[in-house]
Amino acid sequence: MSLKYTNSFTVEGGNFEKAGIASVEIKKILKNMGINGDTLRKIAIAAYESEINIISYAKRGVINVRVTPDFVLLDVEDEGPGIENIGMAIREGFSTASDTIREMGFGAGMGIPNIKNCSDAFELTSEVNKGTHLRVLINISGS
Amino acid sequence: MELASIVKKLNLRVECGKDKLGREVPGGYVGDLLSDVMGNSKEGDLWITRQTHQNIVAVASLKELAGIVLVQGKEPDEDTLEKAIQEGIIILVTELQTFEVTGKLYNLIS
Repeated sequence: MSLKYTNSFTVEGGNFEKAGIASVEIKKILKNMGINGDTLRKIAIAAYESEINIISYAKRGVINVRVTPDFVLLDVEDEGPGIENIGMAIREGFSTASDTIREMGFGAGMGIPNIKNCSDAFELTSEVNKGTHLRVLINISGS
Repeated sequence: MELASIVKKLNLRVECGKDKLGREVPGGYVGDLLSDVMGNSKEGDLWITRQTHQNIVAVASLKELAGIVLVQGKEPDEDTLEKAIQEGIIILVTELQTFEVTGKLYNLIS
């Protein structure tokens, strides 16, 4: 299995003005590589929600993207408060978002479920007061 | 239906993207929760929302939506407009409430 592409995108916590820059860029690059359709749609959603999670909750984070002929891996690590209860965090509708975040239309407890729905393999680990590590694997199928 | 016809029939104000109205619109999506729109809208949908901040542009771009319709005569924020022009996203405005404009759009394209 030969590596086709790898890159890292840093995301600044709290900065909603820059929200979407990393995921739009990731989508453009992968689209140019010939990934499209449902695969690209899933990657875009997972990358965007990961980016929004860093901005909403962490100090800073990085989205590492690795593309192989068979799959795309988004490896997302942040420095921040971490998640106290991962079981709750992956439930649709559960959120610890502030009112400000909710007013913008975020923090409805849909982000992590969205990511999970888009992934073929999903792993979420976290250490309170240190940070969160999310790994999302999306198979490249028929694109 | 072509977006240009929808703009005309629903009397929408075009804030940006006037040159891109030739696109076919197969459907629509209504929502103010960005993750809902990310998760559930379909490519080509016309998105009706009351959110005017710049984050709507990334959602429309990532989901390849036909455009964004702001309701109740809401103007997009200045940075929203700048980003939309940059990304080639169409922003439209209606004076109508979400319920009314959604009903009219549904009747037009369903």
